[in-house]
Amino acid sequence: MAQAATALDTFPKYLLLNAGRFGSRAAMRHKDYGIWQSWTWQEQLDEIRALAIGLQELGLQAGDKIAVVGANRPRLYWAFTAAQSLGAVPVPIYGDAVAEEMAYVLDHAGVRFAVVQDQEQVDKLQSFREQIPALTDIVYDEPRGLRDYAPDGLHAFADVQAAGRAAIARQPGRACQWKAGVEAGSGDDVSIMLYTSGTTGRSKGVMIKAAAAVQAAVDTAAFDGLSEKDSVLAYLPLAWVGDHYLNYAQGYVSGFCMNCPESQQTVQQDMREIGPTFYFAPPRVFEGLLTTVTIRMEDAGRIKKWIFRHFTEIARRYGEAILEKRPVPLSGRLSYALGEVLLYGPLKNVLGMSNIRVAYTAGEAIGADLFSFFRSLGINLKQLYGQTEAFLYVTVQKDGQVRADAVGPAAPNVDIRIAESGEVLFRSPGMFSGYFKEEEKTAETMTPDGYVKTGDAGFFDADGQLRIIDRAKDVGRLSDGSLFAPKYIENMLKFFPNIKEAVAFGDGRDHCAAFLNIDLTAVGNWAERHNIAYASYQELAGHPRVYEIIAANVDETNRRLAAEPMMAGAQIKRFIILHKELDADDGELTRTQKVRRSFVAERYSDLIEALYDGSTERFVSTEVTFEDGRKGRISATVKVADARVHPGKVERAREAAE
Amino acid sequence: MNPRPASGQFSSGDDGIAKGDVLLKVDNVSLAFGGVKAITDISFDIRKGEIRAIIGPNGAGKTSMLNVINGFYTPQYGTITFRGHERRAMKPHHAVRQGIARTFQNVALFKGMTTLENIMAGRSVHMGRNIFWQMLWHGPALAEEIEHREKVEEIIDFLEIEHIRRTPVGKLPYGLQKRVELGRALAMEPSLLLLDEPMAGMNLEEKEDMSRFIIDVNQQRGTTIALIEHDMGVVMDLSDRVVVLDYGKKIADGTPDEVKSDRAVIDAYLGVAH
Repeated sequence: MAQAATALDTFPKYLLLNAGRFGSRAAMRHKDYGIWQSWTWQEQLDEIRALAIGLQELGLQAGDKIAVVGANRPRLYWAFTAAQSLGAVPVPIYGDAVAEEMAYVLDHAGVRFAVVQDQEQVDKLQSFREQIPALTDIVYDEPRGLRDYAPDGLHAFADVQAAGRAAIARQPGRACQWKAGVEAGSGDDVSIMLYTSGTTGRSKGVMIKAAAAVQAAVDTAAFDGLSEKDSVLAYLPLAWVGDHYLNYAQGYVSGFCMNCPESQQTVQQDMREIGPTFYFAPPRVFEGLLTTVTIRMEDAGRIKKWIFRHFTEIARRYGEAILEKRPVPLSGRLSYALGEVLLYGPLKNVLGMSNIRVAYTAGEAIGADLFSFFRSLGINLKQLYGQTEAFLYVTVQKDGQVRADAVGPAAPNVDIRIAESGEVLFRSPGMFSGYFKEEEKTAETMTPDGYVKTGDAGFFDADGQLRIIDRAKDVGRLSDGSLFAPKYIENMLKFFPNIKEAVAFGDGRDHCAAFLNIDLTAVGNWAERHNIAYASYQELAGHPRVYEIIAANVDETNRRLAAEPMMAGAQIKRFIILHKELDADDGELTRTQKVRRSFVAERYSDLIEALYDGSTERFVSTEVTFEDGRKGRISATVKVADARVHPGKVERAREAAE
Repeated sequence: MNPRPASGQFSSGDDGIAKGDVLLKVDNVSLAFGGVKAITDISFDIRKGEIRAIIGPNGAGKTSMLNVINGFYTPQYGTITFRGHERRAMKPHHAVRQGIARTFQNVALFKGMTTLENIMAGRSVHMGRNIFWQMLWHGPALAEEIEHREKVEEIIDFLEIEHIRRTPVGKLPYGLQKRVELGRALAMEPSLLLLDEPMAGMNLEEKEDMSRFIIDVNQQRGTTIALIEHDMGVVMDLSDRVVVLDYGKKIADGTPDEVKSDRAVIDAYLGVAH
């Protein structure tokens, strides 16, 4: 690719390049006041330069850490580049993190400046200001509600930019000086510090060097043929490596346009208006979309229902083959073409997926049916596997070689090795340079010959695609020695639309058991159809008929587990539908919605005991945190249900370990 | 390039009255429906820039009082002075032209219309082009429409209801309908905003949101607000001054603290042994 040839090693250098080569093309759009406002690369350069020089006027220096907190807004993205252009290090932080989590990260990173979205974030930062002595200045995007705040150390974004523009006007050569600074920037500098979501204990600051970040982005942009003509909807959390990599990093190296949604709730509408060509969503989002589509079809008229059923069947039969350019009989092609007109086209249009060339999903396992559904509509949905330490990509599926149960071969220029313990190790161009202020942990994570331990157990299958089973440390054994891979079981359970979350237990026990959360949308809809009244999640979760339908799902899961020799020993014998939804505010999930298993196990130890001591119900009272930080309690008597175990070919530990 | 205006650009009607001066004055007003005396000899005032609460037990005459202020009812006795002009009989649309807007105890939106259309309807009082220009559409009427749409978008942004812009309001949950109704009242750019039980039927979170919007409207736009509310926590926190009615009579008037410790108020709310 042309981009790959230009050997630039920082994002601000790409900013200058793009302002030159794509000067009048849109670099950024943001829906505001109901209209898509846009900025060209040249205008984006002006905005970033004004901000950078404004920050310099406030005293920002090379090496300073600058926190970026909030939703996907152009101004926050500009803060990244502005910081990088001065050699400062941006540290994006999850906007919905509670104050203590945020305080820990800010203090650990030693941030001096913070660029935040609005009053909410200013309030949070000020509430623990004494815990972060290094923090001197806060810059906010939206002035609403901040009129009466004490002005010391608090600046409006527009004022900082105005100060920057004034400095440029006052001092001839200031702009050139800034530009020279950018050109002199080194690829050896830390480009970004991304805090991990903290699935296991405290968040760690992952440092990515500029040259590595750029190289990784150039590789994958070339792999998917991304160019300035592409566009993305930037709706993923700003602080997550996925957003920073897929949107920001790839956007800069290939020059495509980032579109920021109007608000979190309008993402679906905004997506429809923009029609992005490159799209990423975690499996959960695809699941939500399919659930919505299915529910709405249930309410549709008879003819529409028939069209939907008939053509999804046609798509199921021929869709993926057509997408992968495999031979398909002419009649199949004709039926599919008709379906495109009647169903797939309109459906993709409603979902905002009409223009998608490449879409990815990652983060969790995705159900085969779900995955095929979207692919059969003609959406080139693929899987990748990655992590923050790799600056995202470790493996990625090639067009035409896509499967739901594997995550693909190594990404371009990535080396992967499977350790004897089954753990996946990798070495990649975008690899991190270490955890900030935690050399010990960095050393623990690296092998002596420079590979990074992912902490995931997996193996390469016959196709050469990597399959991930579980977190390496979570894979355990039942007391009879059968392999117990909790996540594998949980994922199987979660593929049922009725089950939103599952936590499996069994390591060192006689049998496997599980906690379940029902999906309020799906089960609520079912309840409505069956005239079952309920007032709350808790009431619906405890309903005997809900237990019945969930028991059927668990039974089916056991049947599928029984069919797999490695997993047949760990079928679910007993389960509980939890009285509350697992929630990140209560510390049960991470901010990226992954279960914190050990925390859940500790918190509900009573219930686990009930799963294994044969009781049929147990009273629990659990503390919950509301969105505004106040606490309350939920108590309930939770039923313990039994599930049927299916006979299967059980293989013992020896084979499984290989 | 960035078109976002400075916050609070959409304004309250400018009435040339300084903050803290009397905006509306009610003098010895009595209102009766046949033999039923709804309001008996009530006097109080509302000052520019304040949040004034009207409270009282059920049937105390609060909503009647609001209806008198915005001209829906004409009192048999007494006078109402708004912006220094005394008036007796008037129609609600006159009140709107003078800068009084209101929301209702039971949401009174156009259910089949979208949020955007409902709030646009609130602008109609400011639309000047006659039916001829409206029918022609292109030209001045379109320019006017765009100008009004900008104001409405600012309100949508202010109330954080972007996601329901195109949703028919009949489909919305109650809390959001209340917010849309507030939006429509704001679209009139009133100098006095009357809110009839803005938090009725809301859950805690919705109440908190609504409180924040009321405070923001008051502080950022300088809109004077008179509200009726049953949630005493909300009333005491939000309002600058409170007037208390009971059986159509005024029994107390003052700051929240004064009212809270007033014997007559406590008796009216808790009952008194006879």
